Amino acid sequence: MMRRLATALALLFVACSAGPAAAERLVVSLSNHRVAVTSNFVGEELVLFGTIEPDQATGQLRPPYDLVVTVTGPQQTLRTRRKQRVLGIWVNVDSREFVSVPSYLAVLSNRPVAEIADQETLRKLQIGLTYFLLPQRIGPDVADTVTDDPFRRAFVRLQRQQGLYRESSTAVTFLTPTVFRTAIAMPAAVPTGTYAIEVELFSQGKLVARTNSALEVIKAGFEQYVADAARDYGLLYGMATALMALLIGWFASVVFRRD
Amino acid sequence: MQIYLPIADLPVNVFLVLGMGLAVGYISGMFGIGGGFLMTPLLIFIGISPAVAVATVSSHIAASSFTGAISYWRRRALDIALAMMLLSAGIVGTATGVWLFTELRALDQLDLVIGLSYVTLLTVVGGMMIYESVQAVMRTRRGGPATLRRPGSHTWIHGLPFKLRFKRSKIYVSAIPVWAIGFLIGFVGAIMGIGGGFLLVPMLIYFLRVPTATVIGTSMVLTLITMASATVMHAATNHLVDAVLALILMVGGVIGAQFGARTGQKMRGERLRLLLGLLVFAVGLRFAYELVVQPEDLYSLRYVGNG
Repeated sequence: MMRRLATALALLFVACSAGPAAAERLVVSLSNHRVAVTSNFVGEELVLFGTIEPDQATGQLRPPYDLVVTVTGPQQTLRTRRKQRVLGIWVNVDSREFVSVPSYLAVLSNRPVAEIADQETLRKLQIGLTYFLLPQRIGPDVADTVTDDPFRRAFVRLQRQQGLYRESSTAVTFLTPTVFRTAIAMPAAVPTGTYAIEVELFSQGKLVARTNSALEVIKAGFEQYVADAARDYGLLYGMATALMALLIGWFASVVFRRD
Repeated sequence: MQIYLPIADLPVNVFLVLGMGLAVGYISGMFGIGGGFLMTPLLIFIGISPAVAVATVSSHIAASSFTGAISYWRRRALDIALAMMLLSAGIVGTATGVWLFTELRALDQLDLVIGLSYVTLLTVVGGMMIYESVQAVMRTRRGGPATLRRPGSHTWIHGLPFKLRFKRSKIYVSAIPVWAIGFLIGFVGAIMGIGGGFLLVPMLIYFLRVPTATVIGTSMVLTLITMASATVMHAATNHLVDAVLALILMVGGVIGAQFGARTGQKMRGERLRLLLGLLVFAVGLRFAYELVVQPEDLYSLRYVGNG
């Protein structure tokens, strides 16, 4: 790392003298590519490290940089329902289906995304919870609505309450102008599947480099066994559970027998 | 100590769930009921989705009613023939209930139906129990006989055709009300995640005039079989039974029930019924409150599918 930095600095020096003509390159590394959900799982925090390097020998670094890390979980379809008073009681009346939206979405940056780039760029790159595309099924069509649509806002708010959607403008820390780290928090209710990590580097409001990585959340051990059995062998699983109930009931009557 | 529930998909504190099992088990042992009408709302309260709660509680009730049924069997205090007649309709009721449960879930109205059923059933049944037991308590105060049962009196129910004789219970009744009661108990049990003991016992006493000696044992056999089959059906159709959660609840439940039964035996019948009536009524009011008062959050999310 030190040698790389030294080279980078040396290259920077060379590049400065050579004039502004090059792009940056991102090198990232994740502390762990696999999160195992076991019976004592209460959430986990992963650490992403990275450096900004010049793309080629003649490349030039242009700090200060801004960095946005977007983590998206496996896609899900969720229905947002709104209660309304009908005949004195509260009933789910209206609902919208959010089609193929990420089950987990974290937008981590070193400062508020609105300050990093203009609206147009953020929308095009889908950066930030406000600009991320969340398609809704409206009749036969599927489209994203305006960002202040009440169902969209409620959806994002509920997902944030669960810790599944998050936006943090302080999560990315620059250790040096070109070395950064960020923590990706996985709540206990995190869905299993493959997660995509998109790292985007900005300089003066312009995207200058991007890279990606991935991680996997899997149920492990007993948890996995039970969840798979319930899904794939529902009938057998039900019979086994019923049998377990009978065994425990019988066992209790033997243990506590008083006559 | 936290443990991650594989189907409910959230971590819970083992001791909290075990404690809930013990507490509900104590109450169920005391009154001779399954306790599902308390357990399901408690599980919903700690954050488990109503659908998983209803499906999982059915296995918990199967365990506690099996313990009860065994002890009544030892004392020969159950009527197998009557239980089987109730059951033949109960299975149909459970299957209908599980089917309706699946349909309502797809329509986003399951929570509402569970809530409304709780309010109606619990306030009505609780109110009737309070009324009846207060009258019984007053009668004993005045020195009159405490029992309401008049063996000679017949209602329109006894005029129905297809009469059958149940030897153990010493009753001679039509099969129609027996089937109707069986169907109803199976049906509400599957939808509400209750065994229906607190409904079945009064129904058997008031409508069929089943003697108190066999009524609880018989009700437990019926509860056992309907709940065991509800577990299997819920697991096969909705994949919502959480075996890990069920196991913790069962262990707490069967232990609590033993202590509850001892307390229950020391109390007088009408006092016990009054207490149960108040409890049932209070849970009903709690549900009514939730339906009527504006919820803190008008929006809620429901998982539809992957992709």
